[in-house]
Amino acid sequence: MSYISVPEGQPGIRGLMMFRPETAKALNLLVEELLQIDNGLSKGEREIIATYISTLNDCLYCRSVHGAIAKYHCEGDEKFVLDAVTAPENSQLSAKMKSLLAIAKEVQKHGQNVKQSHIDEARNNGATDLELHDTVLIAAAFCMFNRYVDGLGTIQPTDKSIYDSIGKQRSEEGYLTKPVVIKL
Amino acid sequence: MAHIPIREGLAGITGLLEYRLDSAKPIRELTQTLMRGDSPLSFAERELIATYVSFLNECTFCTKAHEATAQVLFEDDTIIDSVKWNFNKAPISDKLKSLLIIAQKIQQSGKSVTVNDIELSKNFGATDIEIHDTVLISSLFCLYNRYVDGLASWTPEDDGFYKKLAERLVSQGYTGTTEPIVHSE
Repeated sequence: MSYISVPEGQPGIRGLMMFRPETAKALNLLVEELLQIDNGLSKGEREIIATYISTLNDCLYCRSVHGAIAKYHCEGDEKFVLDAVTAPENSQLSAKMKSLLAIAKEVQKHGQNVKQSHIDEARNNGATDLELHDTVLIAAAFCMFNRYVDGLGTIQPTDKSIYDSIGKQRSEEGYLTKPVVIKL
Repeated sequence: MAHIPIREGLAGITGLLEYRLDSAKPIRELTQTLMRGDSPLSFAERELIATYVSFLNECTFCTKAHEATAQVLFEDDTIIDSVKWNFNKAPISDKLKSLLIIAQKIQQSGKSVTVNDIELSKNFGATDIEIHDTVLISSLFCLYNRYVDGLASWTPEDDGFYKKLAERLVSQGYTGTTEPIVHSE
């Protein structure tokens, strides 16, 4: 049971957003702007960064939801996403994405851990200024989201089908529509 | 020098928010709602939480900016130092001390917060909204500190810059439409 009185049966960030709709609006606008766009980084690449950070932060809810969304953006290739977020260096990701995930990994630990050598490696692999910016901001944002969801002790189901239905909806509609009905 | 080309004279977060306006907008709105919207926590208390988390994250820009803001709002130059170095001895309420314990835990990770931490706060009178806002403010500043330092944005040395920024944050909040402060050293 979560640490504060969120509506019954609402897991993870859903319950928190229903508890405090005033902050929910801006949180949803932020992820819509960071993840639901193909600009430099594709939607799939953005969701992989989010899922990777959530995996490093060991947040079950966030890594499951964003892992599912990433899968739908990556032609349903679940294994590709799983490999990318568990062992990126050995995965099928592009060299550019591998070097951006290396930056994201440093951001997750501490902002000052990102060194010029990380940036140079990413640029050598073709990363643009915007892609560097967005990688750091997505990583930083998921350090916020993971803390929010875990820090308030939210319910985090283990039923994969729940995350799959959320993932399918969000991959199709983005983050600004009413949440799909789920049953815990 | 920042890792991406930022407009000259724009320090820390101000340059980053100018770099990409479409992601800046929801960040500003979230911050305005959380730091200046309706909440049982005073503006000063919220700025104190932000300062403390930034201090723990060793983000000089954010610590100085929010410390300066909190000092104006508390009308007290000494309170922030006492919180940074040992908040148990600081002249603040037990409720606020218990919320700072939660903030300290959030800075480490979401999972570091325990049921005992929450119960302690509730025993000192913290409401669900105050606990929620403490967690989200602390989490938001974990975003800001990583964003500001992760892109190696400029951290001015001149304390006058942070005083000016604080005056703006006190008088206009986080969604003001005036031009960002252009600084030089």
